[in-house]
Amino acid sequence: MIQLKVNGIQRNFDGDPQMPILWYLRDELRLTGTKFGCGVALCGACTAHKNGEAIRSCVTSMGTLAGAEITTIEGLSENGLHPVQKAWIQVNVPQCGYCQPGQMMQAAALLKSKKNPSDADIDDAMSGNICRCGTYQRIRAAIRAAAEAQT
Amino acid sequence: MSAIENVSRRGFLTGLVAVGGLVLAARFYPEIAGHERAPGSNQADLAKLHPNVFLGINPDGTVYIVAHRSEMGTTSRTSLPLVVADELDADWKLVKIDQAIGDAKYGSQNTDGSQSIRGFYDVMRVAGATGRLMLIQAAARQWGVDPAECTTEMHVVVHAATNRRLGYGELATAASKLPVPAKEVLKFKPKSEWRYVGKGSPSYDLEALCTGKAVFGMDAQLDGMLYASIEHPPVLGGKVKSVDSQEALKVAGVRQIVPIDPYQPPPAFQPLGGVAVIADNTWAAFQGRKKLKIDWDNGANESYDSEAYKKELQETARKPAKVVRDEGDVDAAFAKGGKIIEADYYVPLLAHASMEPMVALAEFKDGRATLWAPTQNPQAVQDIVSKELGIAKENVICHVTLLGGGFGRKSKPDYVAEAAVLSKKLNKPVKVVWTREDDIKFDYYNAVAAMHLKAAVSDKGIPSAWLQRSVFPPITSIFDVNAVYGDPGHLQQGWTDIPYDLPNLRVENGPAKAHVRIGWLRSVANIYHAFAVQCFTDELAHASGRDPVDYQFGLIGKPRIVDLKNTNYPNYGAPYDLYPIDTARLIRVMQMAADKGGWGKRKLGKRAGLGFAAHRSFLTYVATVVEVEVDDQGEIKIPRVDTVVDAGLVVNPEATRAQFQGAAVFGTSVVKTGEITATKGAIDQSNFQDYPVARMSEAPYQTNVYLVESDAPPAGVGEPGVPPFVAALCNAIFAATGKRIRELPLSKNQLV
Repeated sequence: MIQLKVNGIQRNFDGDPQMPILWYLRDELRLTGTKFGCGVALCGACTAHKNGEAIRSCVTSMGTLAGAEITTIEGLSENGLHPVQKAWIQVNVPQCGYCQPGQMMQAAALLKSKKNPSDADIDDAMSGNICRCGTYQRIRAAIRAAAEAQT
Repeated sequence: MSAIENVSRRGFLTGLVAVGGLVLAARFYPEIAGHERAPGSNQADLAKLHPNVFLGINPDGTVYIVAHRSEMGTTSRTSLPLVVADELDADWKLVKIDQAIGDAKYGSQNTDGSQSIRGFYDVMRVAGATGRLMLIQAAARQWGVDPAECTTEMHVVVHAATNRRLGYGELATAASKLPVPAKEVLKFKPKSEWRYVGKGSPSYDLEALCTGKAVFGMDAQLDGMLYASIEHPPVLGGKVKSVDSQEALKVAGVRQIVPIDPYQPPPAFQPLGGVAVIADNTWAAFQGRKKLKIDWDNGANESYDSEAYKKELQETARKPAKVVRDEGDVDAAFAKGGKIIEADYYVPLLAHASMEPMVALAEFKDGRATLWAPTQNPQAVQDIVSKELGIAKENVICHVTLLGGGFGRKSKPDYVAEAAVLSKKLNKPVKVVWTREDDIKFDYYNAVAAMHLKAAVSDKGIPSAWLQRSVFPPITSIFDVNAVYGDPGHLQQGWTDIPYDLPNLRVENGPAKAHVRIGWLRSVANIYHAFAVQCFTDELAHASGRDPVDYQFGLIGKPRIVDLKNTNYPNYGAPYDLYPIDTARLIRVMQMAADKGGWGKRKLGKRAGLGFAAHRSFLTYVATVVEVEVDDQGEIKIPRVDTVVDAGLVVNPEATRAQFQGAAVFGTSVVKTGEITATKGAIDQSNFQDYPVARMSEAPYQTNVYLVESDAPPAGVGEPGVPPFVAALCNAIFAATGKRIRELPLSKNQLV
């Protein structure tokens, strides 16, 4: 039995400890905001937070998560929208939008560690997250807007 | 949650058995699908005033507008309803969008070819204007005045003379009793009164997309559904010889192993066949698949090898072939001599790699198949599912979720048919989930193409003769196994439509047999054709010591309508008189791009350069200037892109700019890393490590998009940005390094 918290709620898991948390979130908890894109940590669509840090949920097995606090896009903000989400709306970032929960989770983790990231910081943090529609220019602008809003 | 309450209040749940699953469906489909409603009905259909299939208005003032095209990021689900709302003079805040199921009553729902706006702009105006006139007539009748004295003001009918006002909601019931007026009596708003068209709006789904609440195909769920992952034949046309499923069945959560029949050629949109692992969750299905032991009969396509195939294409491209456009006498002009310049261009197979892999949920029950799918073409889903299951088309209900990217792949519903077939076999709801590896290996690829170009040039560089020949396995091969030549619809894409005013010009196409499924990918044949024509133009300019932009002006000649009367040229399905190839518009975007991009004026560093290309596709004129920097390792950076677009009337300018920004990133992937190859008939690539697409650090840093103000009829915006970007980037690399890129991707070229 693995005990963990997902978006603040205590959960008990007694299935296959090899199963990545992505599938626990999506298929069991039906928290479908966290997306499946590649299954091998190459695209970032599945990005969630473990104890506040960005993880690729598609390769993070349940067995490694005892006692962890997991946050998904559904739990990113307790009351209303997180500054990153507000900035995403303000800059009108998404096209198809499929990768954007992962992008926002990655960006939120970046802004937690670096209040005012440089272009190079943004590139470093965000280059693991693919957007096939090509919204990168707006993602960068939204991260800047969120950084400004936070300070 | 409000969606559930709405649904319950409306009594749609009455008399249903599997309430738990249905409530869930309502939760996951707040405004998309209506599993609990009568098949085929949506809120607009059920509204009090329902003058046509696209519109419904209720007494509470809510306006329902049906989005019948699929949303994959181009904002068509928002932009077409905006046109309805504008002609209706509705308050956008009171509009709810209903996503249509697949139904021929809406007209074409095949969301491809950059044609949603151009194909339905007028239809949407009629839908809105009809509702507006009925509301005016209802108010006039109530007031006992002439309808001609009444106007509308944002959701209200007004009789100015007596200062009386009635809201649309108040009028809905009375209006519903009136006959629907004929199209001929409708009055459309003058441009000066447009509220939304030309101003646009962010996506209707923006907040849902930013909070994880948006429902994509991958997110569709029904209580009691099973999950399926399918091992497809590695080679197209392959068949299962034998399966050992013992180990797979031992995986926790795996329930069953189910064979799927191979397709009968041609493949079209049929399931590929193979072996499905059925499980309690996606992960278990994936794990079970890894334990399958399958012996395959690979069939005839095992002989396919991309290296050998490439040589074949290139040889074919150097031999005389089928003439598809002929002006003057090219052979005689070549015989006269002059400086002959020849070049061969090559672009490999490309995969779509939409971020959401193929996925579909199907429930077969009581002779009816209900589907939830991220599809670009729900009517094609109806067709293939009705054939596969042997049921009538009306009994195939295809709900369209949001699409996590499409790029043409999701016009081909093979994956939806798989879910339907499995649900019928298992008599349970089944969700088929493709892995990324499935997506890369079992795509309908953009054709591999070899192009040969030849020109005889005079002192000033203007060609006295121009020959271009392309060879590629045609898309029609998925419908006809014997098809080897390009059809007019794809030969027109940057090939027979070449706008150069040259006395002797010949366009040819050679044969190529397909060994994989070929399909539409964003911009399609324009990618390789524009790459060849626009880079060869740049080559000729440099060979003649001319500025490439000036030189191209010379090739295009005087502003004119290009005469294609003697060419089989379908013009993207649009009438040529409304949408001619007008070189004045091409010249204007070229001039503007040169100006905005600082062509000839910017000081650039070492191994940096600007490249230029111009191209009309999907009836839209685009010119692009790309700045590139090449480092010591030969890695490229793209600091800036300036692109000028004349797409006629633009409904949603901000969404349009986003499409061209995205096109530059898509084009970067094509140039840098886009390459699918096969060995012994099986695709070599599998995921983003060997089919990389552009990441933030590689993408253009700043793409400036300028839209030409135009009253010309609306044209396409989703696709036309890619082809000129690809060519302009390659021309920029030449400017920076002196290395001419004739073969993609860049890894085939040594830049430093």
